[in-house]
Amino acid sequence: MELKPGLRLKSAVCEAEVMVIKAAAGNELTCGGEALVEQVLEQKVGANEAHMHGCVIGKRYVNEAESIELLCIKSGEGSLYYNGDELMTKDTKKLPSSD
Amino acid sequence: MNISLFLQMAAEACPERVALTHEDKHYTYAELYGAANRAAWQFSRSGCQFVSVLDVSSPAVPISLIAAAMAGIPYVPLNYRLSEQQLKELLDRIEPVFLIVDDHTTADFEQVEGKVQGRKAFMASLAAEPGENFACVEDPSGVAIQLFTSGTTGTPKAALLRHEHLVSYILGSVEFMGAAEEQATLVSVPPYHIAGISAVMSSIYACRRIVQLPSFDAMDWLNLCSQEQVTNAFVVPTMMTRIIDELEQENFSSDRLGSLTAIAYGGGKMPLPVIERALDLLPEVSFTNAYGLTETSSTVTLLDPDDHREAFNHDDLAIRSRLGSVGKALPSIEIEIRDESGNKLDHNQAGEIYVRGPQVSGEYLERNALIEDGWFPTRDAGYIDEHGYLYLSGRADDVIVRGGENISPAEIEDVLYQHSSISDVAAVAVPSEQWGEAIALAVVLKPGAELAEEDIRSLIRSKLRSSRLPEVIQFSQELPYNEAGKLLRRVIKSWFS
Repeated sequence: MELKPGLRLKSAVCEAEVMVIKAAAGNELTCGGEALVEQVLEQKVGANEAHMHGCVIGKRYVNEAESIELLCIKSGEGSLYYNGDELMTKDTKKLPSSD
Repeated sequence: MNISLFLQMAAEACPERVALTHEDKHYTYAELYGAANRAAWQFSRSGCQFVSVLDVSSPAVPISLIAAAMAGIPYVPLNYRLSEQQLKELLDRIEPVFLIVDDHTTADFEQVEGKVQGRKAFMASLAAEPGENFACVEDPSGVAIQLFTSGTTGTPKAALLRHEHLVSYILGSVEFMGAAEEQATLVSVPPYHIAGISAVMSSIYACRRIVQLPSFDAMDWLNLCSQEQVTNAFVVPTMMTRIIDELEQENFSSDRLGSLTAIAYGGGKMPLPVIERALDLLPEVSFTNAYGLTETSSTVTLLDPDDHREAFNHDDLAIRSRLGSVGKALPSIEIEIRDESGNKLDHNQAGEIYVRGPQVSGEYLERNALIEDGWFPTRDAGYIDEHGYLYLSGRADDVIVRGGENISPAEIEDVLYQHSSISDVAAVAVPSEQWGEAIALAVVLKPGAELAEEDIRSLIRSKLRSSRLPEVIQFSQELPYNEAGKLLRRVIKSWFS
């Protein structure tokens, strides 16, 4: 699976869905300890309980180097990891509404 | 990346929240998303290459915008004030088209290739569509919106905004569901203007209710603000002037605007006295000046509410004059001022404004205007001060070249705006045998005011160099603006030929 901007991925363990904003090489992208998938699984698989801190709709998740960025488009109980590192939320700098 | 994602997420996160109010009718995010889904099936089945709306602000506007995006078809809103001939020429360029029109239109669309539907029929037809989810077309580099420029300087160009530009703008500047449930934004700019389109997208992503005012009138705007408990609004400078006039003439009490917390403005140059009157009359309101272009997916710089109040309350003229600035670049935007040869200029030196960033399209159907390294030459003129504030001085094409000297119209206009008898003024270039170009002034006096040509000349002489003196002055009843608040200098020039 090639990661590219616009790609939508689903969690294999929970309801979470994400969209790739910025892609990086490698595809070690997991939610709740299991690899993200392109199609909804009919049967969810068991999660790694240590990877269940949740992800929230509307939040953007990045790694330390900001080489990968995901937008959560549906909340879930699993948390997102890239190459073994938990992704953090990137805060939108709050701007006054111009339109 | 697809702009329909904004509505999909809002419908997922707060399906029962009211998304849109139009003439006392309310639509929730779930209802709006459902309608967009059904419209996407229709657009997709029609085989059309473009979806177009020729209408005032109505529910059909956000529904078609999002539905066209889902179906992967460019959305082309058209200006309902154009003549039938002008419309025909634009429609020729977007066939076959799925065209949704205002039910009151008298224009004849028999020759249009594609499908033409009145707004009511279109809305009614959605009910018959299957409710199942439309599989959204995913193409970040697909064209989401094609906007015809106003054509103030020639044939309208077709500016292209791709999904990636618009998604980048919204994600970078709006917090998802950042609005509280009671917040509502009054949209009075026309739906074919980039400000009208970005207002729809930003509000949906912030989950802030949109209140539509189909056609602008200052008293209607004020009444709707009060009736719908509006908290936010965007206006163009001519709208702000009329709103402030009504408040000053006490036709409407500002006490009734208690819910209003923020007004943003842009789309043209705001005369300094108007924003000063607004700050004075509405002390509780936060004002934001937004500068942007169609080709940059809307806003690229902001003068924020703190800047406004600091400048307004400051005695230091240098800080006070910031009220005339369009503020600082958004975090993701870079701005440079360059001279005619493309060399980067220093602080406080006037030249052409260049913009770069992920939201900048700079592309027309006819040609890509982006230059080396992704910079977009805006054709707007201006300078950046040592604190990073951008000041506009008009269009690069509006510069008057008198005897080899570049004169910005704004320089002269800003001096005259300060005169208590003058309500509006424009300086334009007229041909001159002696100088190549000379300055012509069109002046609008306030009702009942009297002012001699010599008074105007001596005011300019007292503030500016003698080369800024006008060759000819004409007094007029009003100056010509288009409905987006853009001064039509070409028309003024024709008065002097």
